[in-house]
Amino acid sequence: MNKFLLPLGIFIVLVAFLAIGLNLNPREVPSPLIGKPAPAFELPQLHKPDATFAPKDMQGKVWLLNVWASWCVSCRQEHPLLVELAKSGIVPIYGLNYKDPRDDALRWLKQFGDPYVLSIVDAEGRIGIDYGVYGVPETYVIDKAGVIRFKQIGPVTQDALEKAILPLVKELQK
Amino acid sequence: MKRFLISLVMAALCGYAVAKEAAPTAEDVVVEKRMVAISEELRCLVCQNESLAGSQADLAKDLRREIREQIAKGRSDQEILDFMVGRYGDFVRYRPPLKGTTFLLWFGPFVLLVVGVIALVVILRRRGRRVAPAAALSAEELQKAEALLRLAEKDKP
Repeated sequence: MNKFLLPLGIFIVLVAFLAIGLNLNPREVPSPLIGKPAPAFELPQLHKPDATFAPKDMQGKVWLLNVWASWCVSCRQEHPLLVELAKSGIVPIYGLNYKDPRDDALRWLKQFGDPYVLSIVDAEGRIGIDYGVYGVPETYVIDKAGVIRFKQIGPVTQDALEKAILPLVKELQK
Repeated sequence: MKRFLISLVMAALCGYAVAKEAAPTAEDVVVEKRMVAISEELRCLVCQNESLAGSQADLAKDLRREIREQIAKGRSDQEILDFMVGRYGDFVRYRPPLKGTTFLLWFGPFVLLVVGVIALVVILRRRGRRVAPAAALSAEELQKAEALLRLAEKDKP
Protein backbone atom coordinates (compact mmCIF):
# COMPACT_ATOMS: atom_id res chain seq x y z
CA MET A 1 0.00 0.00 0.00
CA ASN A 2 2.66 2.45 1.10
CA LYS A 3 4.70 1.54 -1.92
CA PHE A 4 2.10 3.01 -4.30
CA LEU A 5 1.35 6.10 -2.28
CA LEU A 6 4.38 8.09 -3.47
CA PRO A 7 3.99 7.42 -7.22
CA LEU A 8 0.28 8.10 -6.91
CA GLY A 9 0.99 11.40 -5.16
CA ILE A 10 3.46 12.42 -7.88
CA PHE A 11 0.95 11.43 -10.55
CA ILE A 12 -1.81 13.52 -8.98
CA VAL A 13 0.45 16.57 -8.74
CA LEU A 14 1.45 16.09 -12.39
CA VAL A 15 -2.18 15.81 -13.49
CA ALA A 16 -3.03 18.96 -11.54
CA PHE A 17 -0.22 20.89 -13.25
CA LEU A 18 -1.25 19.64 -16.69
CA ALA A 19 -4.91 20.42 -16.06
CA ILE A 20 -4.07 24.01 -15.10
CA GLY A 21 -1.72 24.31 -18.06
CA LEU A 22 -4.32 23.05 -20.52
CA ASN A 23 -6.88 25.54 -19.28
CA LEU A 24 -4.59 28.55 -19.60
CA ASN A 25 -4.76 30.46 -22.83
CA PRO A 26 -1.22 30.94 -24.15
CA ARG A 27 -2.40 33.82 -26.30
CA GLU A 28 -3.27 35.88 -23.26
CA VAL A 29 -0.01 37.45 -22.32
CA PRO A 30 -0.38 39.56 -19.17
CA SER A 31 0.22 43.19 -20.04
CA PRO A 32 2.90 45.04 -18.09
CA LEU A 33 0.92 48.23 -18.71
CA ILE A 34 -1.78 47.44 -16.17
CA GLY A 35 -1.51 49.89 -13.29
CA LYS A 36 0.55 52.26 -15.43
CA PRO A 37 -0.56 55.54 -17.02
CA ALA A 38 -2.03 55.08 -20.49
CA PRO A 39 0.68 56.05 -23.01
CA ALA A 40 0.11 59.53 -24.37
CA PHE A 41 -0.68 60.20 -28.01
CA GLU A 42 -2.39 62.74 -30.14
CA LEU A 43 -3.99 61.26 -33.23
CA PRO A 44 -6.38 62.48 -35.93
CA GLN A 45 -9.99 61.41 -35.62
CA LEU A 46 -11.53 59.02 -38.10
CA HIS A 47 -14.57 61.11 -38.93
CA LYS A 48 -12.88 64.50 -38.60
CA PRO A 49 -9.27 64.10 -39.80
CA ASP A 50 -8.51 67.71 -38.89
CA ALA A 51 -9.43 67.24 -35.24
CA THR A 52 -7.28 65.21 -32.87
CA PHE A 53 -7.87 63.28 -29.69
CA ALA A 54 -5.51 62.65 -26.78
CA PRO A 55 -6.02 60.47 -23.69
CA LYS A 56 -5.48 63.52 -21.49
CA ASP A 57 -8.78 64.92 -22.85
CA MET A 58 -10.43 62.17 -20.81
CA GLN A 59 -8.97 63.19 -17.45
CA GLY A 60 -11.53 62.67 -14.71
CA LYS A 61 -13.57 60.10 -16.63
CA VAL A 62 -13.57 56.34 -16.77
CA TRP A 63 -13.48 55.20 -20.39
CA LEU A 64 -12.83 52.25 -22.64
CA LEU A 65 -10.31 52.23 -25.45
CA ASN A 66 -11.21 49.58 -27.98
CA VAL A 67 -8.66 48.67 -30.65
CA TRP A 68 -10.42 47.66 -33.85
CA ALA A 69 -9.99 47.31 -37.59
CA SER A 70 -12.27 46.58 -40.50
CA TRP A 71 -10.07 43.64 -41.52
CA CYS A 72 -10.37 42.06 -38.08
CA VAL A 73 -12.80 39.17 -38.02
CA SER A 74 -13.17 38.84 -34.25
CA CYS A 75 -14.07 42.54 -34.10
CA ARG A 76 -17.37 41.66 -35.73
CA GLN A 77 -17.98 39.13 -33.01
CA GLU A 78 -17.70 41.66 -30.20
CA HIS A 79 -19.23 44.56 -32.10
CA PRO A 80 -22.92 44.02 -31.21
CA LEU A 81 -21.95 43.95 -27.53
CA LEU A 82 -20.12 47.25 -27.86
CA VAL A 83 -23.05 48.83 -29.70
CA GLU A 84 -25.35 47.70 -26.90
CA LEU A 85 -22.97 48.98 -24.24
CA ALA A 86 -22.73 52.34 -25.99
CA LYS A 87 -26.54 52.59 -26.04
CA SER A 88 -26.72 51.92 -22.31
CA GLY A 89 -24.49 54.95 -21.73
CA ILE A 90 -22.67 53.32 -18.81
CA VAL A 91 -19.22 54.11 -20.06
CA PRO A 92 -17.91 55.99 -23.12
CA ILE A 93 -16.09 53.85 -25.67
CA TYR A 94 -13.34 55.33 -27.81
CA GLY A 95 -12.07 53.42 -30.82
CA LEU A 96 -8.49 53.08 -31.93
CA ASN A 97 -8.71 52.23 -35.60
CA TYR A 98 -5.61 50.13 -36.07
CA LYS A 99 -3.78 49.94 -39.42
CA ASP A 100 -6.87 50.40 -41.49
CA PRO A 101 -7.58 52.42 -44.64
CA ARG A 102 -9.94 55.26 -43.73
CA ASP A 103 -12.55 54.37 -46.36
CA ASP A 104 -12.72 50.76 -45.20
CA ALA A 105 -13.06 51.82 -41.58
CA LEU A 106 -15.86 54.30 -42.32
CA ARG A 107 -17.74 51.77 -44.43
CA TRP A 108 -17.40 49.15 -41.70
CA LEU A 109 -18.89 51.46 -39.08
CA LYS A 110 -21.74 52.36 -41.41
CA GLN A 111 -22.47 48.69 -41.96
CA PHE A 112 -22.24 47.40 -38.40
CA GLY A 113 -23.06 50.50 -36.34
CA ASP A 114 -20.77 52.95 -34.56
CA PRO A 115 -20.53 52.46 -30.78
CA TYR A 116 -17.65 54.91 -30.44
CA VAL A 117 -17.83 58.45 -29.15
CA LEU A 118 -15.09 58.88 -31.71
CA SER A 119 -12.42 56.78 -33.34
CA ILE A 120 -8.82 57.77 -33.79
CA VAL A 121 -6.59 56.63 -36.61
CA ASP A 122 -3.39 54.72 -35.97
CA ALA A 123 -2.50 54.08 -39.58
CA GLU A 124 1.00 52.74 -38.98
CA GLY A 125 0.32 50.88 -35.77
CA ARG A 126 2.76 52.97 -33.73
CA ILE A 127 0.36 53.75 -30.92
CA GLY A 128 -0.61 50.09 -31.00
CA ILE A 129 3.01 49.25 -30.16
CA ASP A 130 2.98 51.74 -27.28
CA TYR A 131 -0.11 50.04 -25.89
CA GLY A 132 1.35 46.57 -26.39
CA VAL A 133 -1.31 45.59 -28.91
CA TYR A 134 -0.53 42.28 -30.54
CA GLY A 135 -3.91 40.98 -31.61
CA VAL A 136 -6.90 43.09 -32.55
CA PRO A 137 -9.40 43.46 -30.90
CA GLU A 138 -8.14 44.58 -27.52
CA THR A 139 -9.96 46.70 -25.00
CA TYR A 140 -8.50 48.82 -22.23
CA VAL A 141 -10.29 50.14 -19.17
CA ILE A 142 -8.76 53.50 -18.23
CA ASP A 143 -9.60 55.21 -14.95
CA LYS A 144 -10.16 58.84 -13.99
CA ALA A 145 -6.46 59.43 -13.43
CA GLY A 146 -5.60 58.03 -16.86
CA VAL A 147 -4.23 54.73 -15.53
CA ILE A 148 -4.86 51.47 -17.40
CA ARG A 149 -6.75 49.17 -15.04
CA PHE A 150 -7.68 46.24 -17.22
CA LYS A 151 -6.97 44.84 -20.65
CA GLN A 152 -9.25 42.49 -22.51
CA ILE A 153 -7.25 40.54 -25.06
CA GLY A 154 -9.36 39.31 -27.93
CA PRO A 155 -13.06 40.02 -28.38
CA VAL A 156 -15.14 41.32 -25.49
CA THR A 157 -17.56 38.58 -24.51
CA GLN A 158 -20.79 38.81 -22.54
CA ASP A 159 -19.03 36.94 -19.77
CA ALA A 160 -16.03 39.26 -19.66
CA LEU A 161 -18.31 42.28 -19.79
CA GLU A 162 -20.50 41.15 -16.89
CA LYS A 163 -17.84 39.61 -14.70
CA ALA A 164 -14.82 41.82 -15.26
CA ILE A 165 -15.32 45.00 -17.22
CA LEU A 166 -18.61 46.42 -15.93
CA PRO A 167 -17.99 45.73 -12.22
CA LEU A 168 -14.57 47.37 -12.57
CA VAL A 169 -16.03 50.37 -14.42
CA LYS A 170 -18.67 50.85 -11.71
CA GLU A 171 -16.03 50.57 -9.01
CA LEU A 172 -13.83 53.13 -10.74
CA GLN A 173 -16.70 55.54 -11.38
CA LYS A 174 -17.43 55.88 -7.66
CA MET B 1 12.59 39.69 -86.90
CA LYS B 2 10.73 42.68 -85.47
CA ARG B 3 9.44 40.60 -82.61
CA PHE B 4 12.91 39.31 -81.90
CA LEU B 5 14.25 42.86 -81.74
CA ILE B 6 11.51 43.95 -79.36
CA SER B 7 12.15 41.06 -77.02
CA LEU B 8 15.87 41.79 -77.17
CA VAL B 9 15.25 45.40 -76.15
CA MET B 10 12.93 44.24 -73.39
CA ALA B 11 15.47 41.78 -72.10
CA ALA B 12 18.06 44.53 -72.04
CA LEU B 13 15.68 46.82 -70.14
CA CYS B 14 15.03 44.04 -67.66
CA GLY B 15 18.69 43.84 -66.77
CA TYR B 16 18.76 47.61 -66.45
CA ALA B 17 15.87 47.55 -64.02
CA VAL B 18 17.58 44.98 -61.82
CA ALA B 19 20.82 46.94 -61.87
CA LYS B 20 18.95 50.02 -60.69
CA GLU B 21 18.08 48.48 -57.32
CA ALA B 22 19.81 50.37 -54.54
CA ALA B 23 22.81 48.62 -53.10
CA PRO B 24 22.73 48.61 -49.31
CA THR B 25 25.19 51.04 -47.81
CA ALA B 26 27.73 49.86 -45.28
CA GLU B 27 25.77 51.41 -42.44
CA ASP B 28 22.61 49.57 -43.43
CA VAL B 29 24.38 46.25 -43.11
CA VAL B 30 25.50 47.09 -39.59
CA VAL B 31 22.03 48.28 -38.58
CA GLU B 32 20.46 45.21 -40.14
CA LYS B 33 22.84 42.88 -38.31
CA ARG B 34 22.09 44.51 -34.98
CA MET B 35 18.36 44.49 -35.73
CA VAL B 36 18.46 40.75 -36.46
CA ALA B 37 20.53 40.06 -33.35
CA ILE B 38 18.04 41.93 -31.16
CA SER B 39 14.96 40.49 -32.80
CA GLU B 40 16.26 36.95 -32.43
CA GLU B 41 16.07 37.50 -28.68
CA LEU B 42 12.40 38.43 -28.94
CA ARG B 43 9.31 36.33 -29.38
CA CYS B 44 6.72 37.26 -31.96
CA LEU B 45 3.50 37.49 -29.98
CA VAL B 46 1.28 36.79 -32.96
CA CYS B 47 2.93 33.48 -33.83
CA GLN B 48 4.40 32.57 -30.52
CA ASN B 49 6.86 29.92 -31.60
CA GLU B 50 8.67 32.19 -34.00
CA SER B 51 11.22 34.81 -33.17
CA LEU B 52 10.65 38.39 -34.18
CA ALA B 53 13.51 37.98 -36.66
CA GLY B 54 11.88 35.12 -38.53
CA SER B 55 8.23 36.08 -38.43
CA GLN B 56 6.32 37.45 -41.39
CA ALA B 57 3.42 38.65 -39.24
CA ASP B 58 2.46 42.29 -39.70
CA LEU B 59 3.22 43.14 -36.11
CA ALA B 60 6.68 41.57 -36.40
CA LYS B 61 7.41 43.76 -39.43
CA ASP B 62 6.28 46.84 -37.50
CA LEU B 63 8.40 45.90 -34.52
CA ARG B 64 11.44 45.32 -36.72
CA ARG B 65 10.87 48.76 -38.19
CA GLU B 66 10.68 50.11 -34.65
CA ILE B 67 13.98 48.42 -33.74
CA ARG B 68 15.67 49.82 -36.87
CA GLU B 69 14.48 53.31 -36.03
CA GLN B 70 15.66 53.05 -32.47
CA ILE B 71 19.08 51.84 -33.61
CA ALA B 72 19.21 54.85 -35.92
CA LYS B 73 18.39 57.03 -32.92
CA GLY B 74 21.45 55.61 -31.17
CA ARG B 75 19.69 53.54 -28.51
CA SER B 76 21.62 50.66 -26.98
CA ASP B 77 20.52 47.03 -27.35
CA GLN B 78 19.50 46.96 -23.69
CA GLU B 79 17.37 50.07 -24.10
CA ILE B 80 15.58 48.53 -27.07
CA LEU B 81 14.94 45.28 -25.18
CA ASP B 82 13.60 47.30 -22.25
CA PHE B 83 11.32 49.17 -24.65
CA MET B 84 9.82 45.88 -25.82
CA VAL B 85 9.51 44.39 -22.33
CA GLY B 86 7.85 47.60 -21.11
CA ARG B 87 5.09 47.12 -23.69
CA TYR B 88 4.74 43.38 -24.09
CA GLY B 89 6.06 42.00 -20.80
CA ASP B 90 8.82 39.51 -19.97
CA PHE B 91 7.14 36.95 -22.18
CA VAL B 92 8.56 38.59 -25.32
CA ARG B 93 12.06 37.65 -24.25
CA TYR B 94 13.31 34.18 -25.01
CA ARG B 95 15.63 34.58 -22.03
CA PRO B 96 13.43 36.05 -19.33
CA PRO B 97 15.13 37.93 -16.50
CA LEU B 98 15.76 36.19 -13.20
CA LYS B 99 13.23 37.33 -10.62
CA GLY B 100 10.61 36.07 -8.18
CA THR B 101 8.05 35.00 -10.76
CA THR B 102 10.58 33.33 -13.05
CA PHE B 103 12.49 31.54 -10.30
CA LEU B 104 10.72 28.23 -10.89
CA LEU B 105 11.27 28.55 -14.62
CA TRP B 106 15.01 28.96 -14.21
CA PHE B 107 15.68 26.52 -11.39
CA GLY B 108 12.76 24.08 -11.60
CA PRO B 109 14.63 21.68 -13.92
CA PHE B 110 17.68 21.62 -11.64
CA VAL B 111 15.50 20.99 -8.60
CA LEU B 112 13.92 18.04 -10.44
CA LEU B 113 17.39 16.76 -11.37
CA VAL B 114 18.60 16.91 -7.75
CA VAL B 115 15.43 15.20 -6.51
CA GLY B 116 15.93 12.48 -9.13
CA VAL B 117 19.55 11.88 -8.18
CA ILE B 118 18.68 11.71 -4.47
CA ALA B 119 15.85 9.25 -5.17
CA LEU B 120 18.19 7.13 -7.30
CA VAL B 121 20.87 6.97 -4.58
CA VAL B 122 18.32 6.11 -1.90
CA ILE B 123 16.76 3.35 -3.98
CA LEU B 124 20.11 1.83 -4.97
CA ARG B 125 21.29 1.79 -1.36
CA ARG B 126 18.11 0.15 -0.15
CA ARG B 127 18.32 -2.50 -2.83
CA GLY B 128 21.99 -3.18 -2.01
CA ARG B 129 21.04 -3.86 1.60
CA ARG B 130 18.22 -6.19 0.62
CA VAL B 131 20.42 -8.52 -1.46
CA ALA B 132 22.02 -10.98 1.03
CA PRO B 133 25.80 -10.89 1.02
CA ALA B 134 27.21 -14.07 -0.57
CA ALA B 135 28.58 -16.48 2.05
CA ALA B 136 32.20 -17.49 1.62
CA LEU B 137 32.67 -20.99 0.12
CA SER B 138 34.38 -23.68 2.02
CA ALA B 139 37.39 -25.49 0.49
CA GLU B 140 35.23 -28.51 -0.31
CA GLU B 141 32.59 -26.45 -2.05
CA LEU B 142 35.28 -24.66 -4.05
CA GLN B 143 36.63 -27.98 -5.33
CA LYS B 144 33.15 -29.08 -6.27
CA ALA B 145 32.53 -25.89 -8.18
CA GLU B 146 35.81 -26.17 -10.05
CA ALA B 147 35.04 -29.75 -11.01
CA LEU B 148 31.64 -28.70 -12.33
CA LEU B 149 33.18 -25.86 -14.33
CA ARG B 150 35.75 -28.22 -15.84
CA LEU B 151 32.98 -30.61 -16.79
CA ALA B 152 31.09 -27.85 -18.47
CA GLU B 153 34.26 -26.87 -20.38
CA LYS B 154 34.64 -30.41 -21.70
CA ASP B 155 31.03 -30.57 -22.87
CA LYS B 156 31.56 -27.60 -25.13
CA PRO B 157 31.57 -28.63 -28.80
